[in-house]
Amino acid sequence: MMRGAASSEGIRVVEAGLLTTVQDLGRWGWQSRGVSVSGAMDLRALRLANALVGNGASAAALEVTLVGPTLCFHDRRLVAICGAEFDVTVSGRAAPMQSAFRVEPGDELSFGSRRRGARAYVAIGGGCAVPAEFGSRATQVAAGIGGYLGRPLTAGDRVPLGPVPDADVDPGATRCTYRLALPGDETVLRVVPGPQDGLFGAGTLDALQAARFRVGRISDRMGYRLEGSRLPTTVALELLSTPTVVGGLQVPHDGHPILLMADRQTTGGYPILATVISADLGLAGQLAPGDRLSFQCCSVREAISALIAEERALMAVESLSSS
Amino acid sequence: MTDVPVPGPDARRPPAGSNAASWPRIVGAGDSALLVELGPPESASIDAAVNRRVVALAGALGRAGVAGVRDVVPAFHVVAVHFDPLRVAFERLVSVVHELAALTGTAEEAETEPLVVPVWYGGEAGPDLDEVARQTRLEPGEVIALHTTPTYRVFMVGFTPGFPYLGCVDERLRVPRRSQPRTKVAAGSVGLAGAQTGIYPAETPGGWQIIGRTALRLFDPRRAEPCLLNAGCLVRFRSVAFEEFEALEGA
Repeated sequence: MMRGAASSEGIRVVEAGLLTTVQDLGRWGWQSRGVSVSGAMDLRALRLANALVGNGASAAALEVTLVGPTLCFHDRRLVAICGAEFDVTVSGRAAPMQSAFRVEPGDELSFGSRRRGARAYVAIGGGCAVPAEFGSRATQVAAGIGGYLGRPLTAGDRVPLGPVPDADVDPGATRCTYRLALPGDETVLRVVPGPQDGLFGAGTLDALQAARFRVGRISDRMGYRLEGSRLPTTVALELLSTPTVVGGLQVPHDGHPILLMADRQTTGGYPILATVISADLGLAGQLAPGDRLSFQCCSVREAISALIAEERALMAVESLSSS
Repeated sequence: MTDVPVPGPDARRPPAGSNAASWPRIVGAGDSALLVELGPPESASIDAAVNRRVVALAGALGRAGVAGVRDVVPAFHVVAVHFDPLRVAFERLVSVVHELAALTGTAEEAETEPLVVPVWYGGEAGPDLDEVARQTRLEPGEVIALHTTPTYRVFMVGFTPGFPYLGCVDERLRVPRRSQPRTKVAAGSVGLAGAQTGIYPAETPGGWQIIGRTALRLFDPRRAEPCLLNAGCLVRFRSVAFEEFEALEGA
């Protein structure tokens, strides 16, 4: 984490895009106070972008959603954009994705068409230096916590940046060879059963795996409402509120599941039938309304193997850029 | 990278036929969390004794500071432990939980003074007071009397920062949630839902029946302990006139 005086210029927001927020790895340790974890919807992409510009993994970046912003830079910085694939220009020149590039004072970075995925992460060398709240710079919009004044960016905002990292990374030296999985025509997310699968009838997990869903229009950083198949719900039990987990598939009375995401409420009263594995959460974070998805059960052993593989790939990029 | 022990296929699911009445029952929640159940999940089973064990266990887990544990979250009958599975194995956490549950199982809670919450009941502050009176066949004054008599326990904090779930409401005063939640409930609103009563710390959507409002700040990020009320705290409500509410609000 960079310390010391932040750059006085920062980034000026010319156009905000649909939903651009400051995010980092999330706010852990405060859920007992009702404070959500928040953080990047696609943590893999955030970490890659930070690694490419020589930031630590916990530096704050800008999460860009569906329609990206136009940003004006006032000092020389290294920038990398990872995650969803967009056409991006810097002062009219095409900028590469998944790769670090330099911006000069006065450069304007502009997002164009989106090609694949829903969220991209703009990491700037030095990181976004908004004040941390409860140990994190992640934005939780509903509670107005963290990020830039607890809200999405809007035109005219100036996002402060941390000091440029000492070891100035040569943009050409780090090639990101790790291709992040992004949604296709239909995305399959792996889940482990539970924690409340025992409250559902036998066969519900089979029904889940046979079901075909679309991410509904009422979907956001708190969770995705899934349309399409309806699942058989539990016997009409009134349940005590229980802590939630990111990736949890809640099944309310109408049988249309809700996939809990980064800004999910810390507790909830609907039973969770199955939970998306950590290694597939980044892919889940790249889904947009209208995208088709389905679920496949796997064992915890397989979930952890997948997580180890992903962690190895991310650490390979992180260690290259810090050497 | 150190090798992470990979759990066997059945490590996380309690053996079939295990006695549901034997607690704690530990269930994996995804690959990075587990739930420690100390009582049944049905709303009808809300139980202060179970919750005392939950709060004690959550406290002990927090103090144990096991490397790799990211968060410990108590609720009515269950404690969630969120962890990094690449730093700590599920099996190790199960052992730690069992050890601490045995130590805290019969823990007595320290006697604390209840926090008194001054509430301006009815009128603009309590738009559902008359409806609650109608549903319970009580006078509004009796609703207030029944609400202000008990000492309540904070079972958990959740839903939104600082929102305390208090119980248990007098049986004569139990009403269901509103059929249509409000898109906006004023900050400080005091609500009823079944056996529970609660206070909305900030303006949020809400489905509870709103009978009054307090000027107390339930959640303040500038305080070292941001929540005025946490699990295990005791609370009483006191009816105040609008003038006193207004004076407190300005303070």
